[in-house]
Amino acid sequence: MRTTIILKTASNYLLPVLLLFSIFILLRGHYLPGGGFVGGLIASIAFILHSFANGLKKTKDILLMHPGFLIPFGLSISFLSGLAPVALFDLPFMTGLWSHDPVAILGNIGSALFFDIGVYFVVVGVTLTIIFTISESA
Amino acid sequence: MTQQIILYPLFLQIAIGVILLFAWYRIGFQKIFSIFGSILSVGLAGWLFYYIWTSGTQTIQAGNWEAPFGITFVADTLSATLVLLTAISGLAVSVFSAGSVLRDRLRFGYFPIFHFLLLGLNGAFLTGDIFNLYVWFEIIIISSFVLITIGGEKAQLEGAVKYFTLNILASMIFLTAIAVLYGLTGSLNMADLAGKIAEIENRGLVEITGILFLIGFGIKAGVFPLYFWLPASYHTPPFAVSAIFGGLLTKVGVYALLRVFTLIFVGDPFLDKILMVIAILTLVSGGIGALVQNNIRKVFSYLIICHIGYMIAGLGMFTEVAIAGAVFYLIHDIIVKTNLFMLSGVVYRLKGTNSMRDLGGIYAKWPRISLLLFIPLFSLVGIPPLSGFWPKINLIKAGFSGGSYITVGAIIFASFITLVIIAKLWAEVFWKDGKELPFRKNFGYFSKMKTYKRLQFLAPVALLSIISLYIGFGAEHIQELSARIADELMNNQGYIDTVLNLKK
Amino acid sequence: MEILLAIMIGVLYAAGIYMMLRRSLVKLIIGIILLGNGANLLIFFLGRITKGAPPIIPGDAKVFSEAFADPVPQALILTAIVISFGLQSFAIVLVKRAHTVVRTDDLDEMNATDEDS
Repeated sequence: MRTTIILKTASNYLLPVLLLFSIFILLRGHYLPGGGFVGGLIASIAFILHSFANGLKKTKDILLMHPGFLIPFGLSISFLSGLAPVALFDLPFMTGLWSHDPVAILGNIGSALFFDIGVYFVVVGVTLTIIFTISESA
Repeated sequence: MTQQIILYPLFLQIAIGVILLFAWYRIGFQKIFSIFGSILSVGLAGWLFYYIWTSGTQTIQAGNWEAPFGITFVADTLSATLVLLTAISGLAVSVFSAGSVLRDRLRFGYFPIFHFLLLGLNGAFLTGDIFNLYVWFEIIIISSFVLITIGGEKAQLEGAVKYFTLNILASMIFLTAIAVLYGLTGSLNMADLAGKIAEIENRGLVEITGILFLIGFGIKAGVFPLYFWLPASYHTPPFAVSAIFGGLLTKVGVYALLRVFTLIFVGDPFLDKILMVIAILTLVSGGIGALVQNNIRKVFSYLIICHIGYMIAGLGMFTEVAIAGAVFYLIHDIIVKTNLFMLSGVVYRLKGTNSMRDLGGIYAKWPRISLLLFIPLFSLVGIPPLSGFWPKINLIKAGFSGGSYITVGAIIFASFITLVIIAKLWAEVFWKDGKELPFRKNFGYFSKMKTYKRLQFLAPVALLSIISLYIGFGAEHIQELSARIADELMNNQGYIDTVLNLKK
Repeated sequence: MEILLAIMIGVLYAAGIYMMLRRSLVKLIIGIILLGNGANLLIFFLGRITKGAPPIIPGDAKVFSEAFADPVPQALILTAIVISFGLQSFAIVLVKRAHTVVRTDDLDEMNATDEDS
């Protein structure tokens, strides 16, 4: 497959920018439009764009591991964030726990943020697994 | 802390699923851990059941949002019973999968997905929110898609395409129904909906919504004009997968019908009439379909459809006795149908085929195994005192006292046709003189297996057979249980008050 | 606006069902996608369309001071979209596998499950 040199060069710079943007979207999620799902999709788009420009193998090399392993990782973060109120305060499952003092940049940190981070990883894992599977068998 | 016990079965299944995902490549560990986790989940479900039995319906608001605004989880006796049955069938199938599913298939995440399927089932039984029910249904069907396609043989993929399309269609209709229901009432909590639907003036619109739910759940349950995906797909996947599908997946549809039509769309004569007609046609067509099949798994697939009719008939008659009969049949059917598909797996390993024409002579060669397999087969027929007999008494009694003689006729017809089919199956598979079948190389014949491997095939069948026997011989306990469930379902004010916290 | 949306939903449902009834596997997927979008729009539509503010109460108030948009349908649609995303990607992979194994795009050819064995 031939790709233009412009796309190739651009994708190298776009990858970190898109990843940063996805984290930005993830973090603003609780107060403004955004969140784990959208952030995860943007992050996976970054990798997919990279794979379009440089080939699947190179993208897999920078990922270091099979994206499928992000799924159980993200699931456990989400699950534990939901479980935290049950285990710590005997409140119902998934009750939002919030810190009293706001942290710089992030605002108040709550269990919802960790849930979103989990969702982020699951979405990246699932999307990349699907796209890689489809493009490998094509 | 005690309130949270409702969610423990869900927590356990998520935890097992996630841990198994981490151990993706370690098949040996997955087998042991899955069985161990399933034993634990039986314990938990038993605890939940005991708790609900002694202290009545319990509810918990996820995220601590008051009902009807948040997602409510409710455990009444019906939910707790079904969670317990799911755990028991799950344990049996987990052991059976460890023995029977090929390693090539286990490599693709069979066990984690299996536990996510059980998670979806438990969630569907425990939720009190109609949209949340949709989400659990999706978890169930996505897991079941993966399980049905694992292996990727030709017949399997073709069956999967049919299964997939019809189930997606059912989900879409269910979603449409939820949309209309939300538009009508502005609520999604089932207990809240019960009150709000009763106040709506435009009964025609309510009936249409009810019919949309009926179609959506009907496809999943496999009722008369909507069942064609079922016999086209249930005989294709590995035996363990058909066992869990046959035992539980159609029953989720029945559970949803029971819940929705005893809580939200109550006492609508038009809907009840439709349910009755569907039930009669399901009983007759499923039975006749099973008569002409040759593959024993296809026979059982059609028998699933036929016997769904009993439960729908009980729901359609809508008296306390009839609902008790339907619930009793549900309890009996989950155990027996799971067992029957595992039985077909055992037969397949004994002779290397599932075709009734080629089978035969099993009784002469393996008399003790045949006697074990006799129990689920004839429990299904319901020869007294085995378990299938008792719920039919309730149903027939309700039919006579309600004057619906055609339904009684259909129930009796279906019972006889089941008897004929099972008798034919017994004669063909077990009694007939066996043919010499061509010996298949590389096939894991039962006679070549080691003892522990044989145990993995026979122990789950034995476990479920013992439970079947208990349902048959201890029928007064199950009768008491189903009477209590029927009472809770028919007098739904208790459920509503508990969920909306009206009972001070 | 309402009437346009209603027509749109009707067209999406009709087109979706029509596509699902075709014999081609690819059209089956397109049908599923259209039907899913129709269902999502229907939820949005039946949750009443309001030109309202986001449903966030200011910190110093107890009730809404102006018309607000119902957040529930949006949450439902988001959930349904995520689910249909998963289902559709599975559908594409399944159809691709089925096509390579069965070597046909025609649903009528897929009758190995009805063979008597």
